[in-house]
Amino acid sequence: MAIPLFYNLRNLMIRKTTTVMTGLGITFSVAVLVASLALVNGLRTVFASTGHPLQLLVLRKGGTTELGSLIPEESLTVLRTMTGIVVDAKGGPMVSEELVNVTNLPSVDSPKGMNVTVRGLTQTGVQMRNVHLSAGRWFQAGQREVVVGKSVAKHYPTARLGSRIRFGKGDWEIVGTMDGGQSALNSEIWGDFNQISADYNRQEAASSVLVRATDPVTLDALKHSIEDDPRLNAIAIAEREYYANQTAAGAPLEFLGIFVAVAMALGSGFATANTMYAAVSRRAKEIGTLRTLGFSQGSILLSFLTESILIAGFAGVVGCVIVLPLNLVTSGVGSFVSFSEIAFRFRVGASSMAPGMVFAIVLGAIGGVLPARTAAKKEIVAALREA
Amino acid sequence: MTSYLPLILRNTLRNRRRSALTVASMAVSLCLLGVLLVLYRALFYGGETTPGQARRLVVHHRIALTQELPIAYEQKMKRIPGVCAVTHLRWFGGTYKDPGDPKNRFGQFAIEPETLFNVYPELKISESEKQAFLSQKTTCVASRSLADRLGWRLGTRIPLVGAAMLPVTLDLTLAGIFDNPDGNPVLYFNWEYLRDSLAASDPHRDMIQQYYVEAANKDVVSDIASRIDAMFEDSPYPTKSEPEQAFLLSFVSFLGNLKLFLAVIFGMVTLTVLLISGNMLSMSVRERTREVGILKSLGFSSGEILGMVVGEATLVAIIGGLVGCACASVFCAAFAQAMRNAPGFVSIVRGMSLSPLMAMLTLSIAVLIGTMSSLVPGFNAARVSILDALRYNG
Repeated sequence: MAIPLFYNLRNLMIRKTTTVMTGLGITFSVAVLVASLALVNGLRTVFASTGHPLQLLVLRKGGTTELGSLIPEESLTVLRTMTGIVVDAKGGPMVSEELVNVTNLPSVDSPKGMNVTVRGLTQTGVQMRNVHLSAGRWFQAGQREVVVGKSVAKHYPTARLGSRIRFGKGDWEIVGTMDGGQSALNSEIWGDFNQISADYNRQEAASSVLVRATDPVTLDALKHSIEDDPRLNAIAIAEREYYANQTAAGAPLEFLGIFVAVAMALGSGFATANTMYAAVSRRAKEIGTLRTLGFSQGSILLSFLTESILIAGFAGVVGCVIVLPLNLVTSGVGSFVSFSEIAFRFRVGASSMAPGMVFAIVLGAIGGVLPARTAAKKEIVAALREA
Repeated sequence: MTSYLPLILRNTLRNRRRSALTVASMAVSLCLLGVLLVLYRALFYGGETTPGQARRLVVHHRIALTQELPIAYEQKMKRIPGVCAVTHLRWFGGTYKDPGDPKNRFGQFAIEPETLFNVYPELKISESEKQAFLSQKTTCVASRSLADRLGWRLGTRIPLVGAAMLPVTLDLTLAGIFDNPDGNPVLYFNWEYLRDSLAASDPHRDMIQQYYVEAANKDVVSDIASRIDAMFEDSPYPTKSEPEQAFLLSFVSFLGNLKLFLAVIFGMVTLTVLLISGNMLSMSVRERTREVGILKSLGFSSGEILGMVVGEATLVAIIGGLVGCACASVFCAAFAQAMRNAPGFVSIVRGMSLSPLMAMLTLSIAVLIGTMSSLVPGFNAARVSILDALRYNG
């Protein structure tokens, strides 16, 4: 027969201070773990919501990033005439030549400056993305005007609507703020293709080309015909995939977070064992009494194990709760693909909390198993006689 | 006080399992604290600065690292008093064989062979290999880590296909292998070869991306930096000059707001150790209440009792701290070893090691935590009245 859970709860209540002190160690370990997972979740959300499922990003063969790619004008002409590309409202193909570069702006977090992606594109390019203006207007062709993503406007004090920023060969006026939902586009600055490429001495070519296929089957065919065309010397990557790969930007922080959480857990595991051993020796008489009443060794083992898991479980819940406010925090991390900062919001949800809780319970079980065994193995008579 | 040492020791050893668990738990946490301290120092203060490093500064375009600077700046900078040598660098960023294989990715830089080895005496190369590199424009040199990784030997042909602004194919021959202290996998080739491969009308032909300037001594570095920046202030290519160490550290901001992240974790770990050690002590002092009564009736003063509790905590903390420091130094060494082949700016982390200063700091934190955590149980024990203590029952 099992010893009622109530018995354990009462015990924990009586030794409040010890329970809380033991639990807090576990709480902090869980908090660090959940926070690290929330960071990666946040980044993943950003990259997963960037890109259209039917769009291909065309880069120079061997190129892995837009920044290190080059598509000459002749290739553009070839791409425009390929079959399987959607035709827009004006009757032109949905082919967007783009020039990508980075500029350095002082941000709230690092006043010394962070890299921000600058993208030169045309009307077609804007139309191919799921963005809308949240303030101001779009840049005009032939003008030194740019539109900034909402995260850029928020994190970079010098890049707000109405102000002027300096990159390339001179000043640019910020005429609008765009909202790209949760996507990475919020961390970019957009301007007219011709203006921006002139500033970077790249009139002769684009960095990358974005094309939209009519349907998934055509997408595959289009990818192959781009990659097989000897005139192009290019590769085509699904836009979604290109962005999904950038989630790796969070890897160093994730690694550090998990490392710290595991080390802290090891420390609090020892502490839990300590507390449970003390509980076992203090309650020797009780254990003897319980055994006399007919509770089996198994019930005693289970009872002490449960108590340890209870401490850890409570601590885990508290750990998850204290990181909840992180949901309101936005931060930025550098991506080595775009060589610039990507803004993201921490996401503390079921997918980060569940591992945190499992972690806590496992911790409680490991810390409690040896003391529980000691408790179960006590000789009845000796236990009753103990102080 | 020392006369109580045997008693303190006996008390510590009485419940060996508890003391061992406490020491283990403190050691793990303090090891973590030590590693975080080292990491923090490496990332935000750049570990130790070598004398050569302290005399160098990096000059790049004010707006972004990737933007270009004209080669003509070199002559102008050389005329600034206090400047010993100037060398320049351009990131090539081409591809070698199959770029999909991470093994084939490494830093490729167009440099000036003559001055590079003067400004960077840390790069060790044999005189004959250096001469071969200087005499043949189409040759290159690679770091030992890179040559070993790709099995290159002197004379190996290395084709590099250019990207972005530099759409040229370079056919290089390995003329030398050098040792670099950070062990980065890098390849240097003659910038002149790149320049000659570009068309005469190419706007990128006479452009480079970074200058490395060597100052006569470290005291004039910041003065030279402001002079350079002032000189090109109003040109179409304004510059930003920073000491080499500061330049390397600027990449750290790429990891996100790491400073805050580390500070929060540091606080949490410290608090956890405090709780663990405080908890252990109060448990053991509470169990000993009756003994405290006996000690008091034997004539021990409250102060002496407090001293014994604090002494016990400090002893445990010192042992935990020592074990923790040992673990941290092993861990740092292992981490540095694992990061040996990591690319780019991660090189700052590669030199991670637990210096005596950091070890002392970790130990001091341990002692401080031990002492602080013993104060509450210690005062409680010292304050208890003899009668209550003797009457205390488990």
